[in-house]
Amino acid sequence: MKDNKAIVTVLGQDQVGIISTLTNILAESDVNILDISQTILQDYFTMIMVVDVSKCKVGFGELKQSLLEAGEKIGLQVNAQKSEVFDFMHRI
Amino acid sequence: MPISSATGQEILETIRMVEMENLDIRTVTMGISLRDCGHTDPKVSQQKIYDKITKYAENLVSEASKIELEYGIPIVNKRISVTPMSMVAESSDIDTYVDFAKVLDKAAKEVGVNFIGGFSALVQKGFTKGDMNLIRSIPQALAETERVCASVNVASSKSGINMDAVYEMGKIIKKTAEYSKDQDSLGCAKLVVFCNVPEDNPFMAGAFHGVGEAECVINVGVSGPGVVLNAIKKHPTVDFGELSNVIKKTAFKITRIGELVGKEASSRLGVPFGIMDLSLAPTPAIGDSVSDILEAIGVERTGTHGTTAALAMLNDAVKKGGIMASSHVGGLSGAFIPVSEDAGMIEAVEVGALNIDKLEAMTCVCSVGLDMIAIPGATEAETIAAIIADESAIGMINKKTTAVRIIPVIGKSVGEVVEFGGLLGRAPIMPVNKYSSTAFVKRGGRIPAPLQAFNN
Repeated sequence: MKDNKAIVTVLGQDQVGIISTLTNILAESDVNILDISQTILQDYFTMIMVVDVSKCKVGFGELKQSLLEAGEKIGLQVNAQKSEVFDFMHRI
Repeated sequence: MPISSATGQEILETIRMVEMENLDIRTVTMGISLRDCGHTDPKVSQQKIYDKITKYAENLVSEASKIELEYGIPIVNKRISVTPMSMVAESSDIDTYVDFAKVLDKAAKEVGVNFIGGFSALVQKGFTKGDMNLIRSIPQALAETERVCASVNVASSKSGINMDAVYEMGKIIKKTAEYSKDQDSLGCAKLVVFCNVPEDNPFMAGAFHGVGEAECVINVGVSGPGVVLNAIKKHPTVDFGELSNVIKKTAFKITRIGELVGKEASSRLGVPFGIMDLSLAPTPAIGDSVSDILEAIGVERTGTHGTTAALAMLNDAVKKGGIMASSHVGGLSGAFIPVSEDAGMIEAVEVGALNIDKLEAMTCVCSVGLDMIAIPGATEAETIAAIIADESAIGMINKKTTAVRIIPVIGKSVGEVVEFGGLLGRAPIMPVNKYSSTAFVKRGGRIPAPLQAFNN
């Protein structure tokens, strides 16, 4: 049941331009966004994106690195992981 | 969130476990059989060993690093275990095996793993010529190599306790301490004496690739004391039935991650997946402590009355949760209680709550044994042997694995502290009983195997 989905999570202070910063990077690499949800959890801005990396032009490591660096610049903690991790841990 | 099956809350739970609670894959260990590497000429044998390890494990570190990156789960150690070296080196016409340890060290460095286990011998019933040669090579081998780990199984529930081996190991531990006295007797941290040793354990220093194992396998050890600790802290007043459920659910989730990583590593490396070992293995990092879990269960300090029962409950619940999460659970699976590697244990020793006698009692219900305990350098070999005999007796009678990894720190005595650094942590020197066990140890021979019935 291997698919090419990844989960991008963003944690930190809410501010203008978070989504545009990250979606630009995704668009440049041909990564399609399947779903976005965002909430404020205990004063923390929390965003979860489900993305399709099957057509991604760069390696997963490189994509992850650019998201991480872009996040760091605006004080956000960004993570990108293959979605199997979450499915495997929480579903039998 | 319909597109991924996990909910937003579950996704954040996973992230929190990794980011804040030190959830990690403690080790991906490749087990390699060296049974086809024996030769009468030791040089030929050593070349075969080197070639085989470097060929099989060539991509181990790079593939594990890729998995780590893609899944966002840290894989702290990449390691190798091999067939007990006494069986491989035995065919060669020499009587010291230090060069075999050196070749393991060289191969480990070449492929980039931080430890290689299997400088080992199984002597629960008696020694072969090769077993004796290997055991006598241990002090020098550990002093002259960096990444090699040694282990010796001296007892089992089926065979009893080989007291000659126990005495020998008492002397070998002393000698290993002497050989590495410039590094606070660090050699002893790489040497484990076992009873009922598991043949598929991925954790060091006791890992080796058992004789009943396949040509090459991937075993995974996962750890997460911090995750269990936080789950327990959220339920400060629930009864033990409910608490056990909380631990089981947490252990299940941790083990699933290990299962995923193990399957992925196995398919990428083209090597069968052996077992998942779910062990709560503490590190000196704050919050990554088994002692903290016991204190969260309700004892004021680890070591006070109630500690053994708390540990028994924890160990059992961890196994129950983990077993359903993986197709093959093996190794040691349970809770480790090393002293020097666990900040909470160190504190408990320093305030006088925890001593070697209580630790011995705790080993009756934990997954391994007396682990990473520093004792005075002046302790006699006979006393160390008697400590090994006691631990072996606990394992033999209770049909469980027990082990002794004890460090007589040369030049130090009770009241002093030894710093090993890194994952090995620091240890206060603990006192041992001042009365002699010499006459007991010197009897020699074997303690017969126990009855397997009338268990009262």
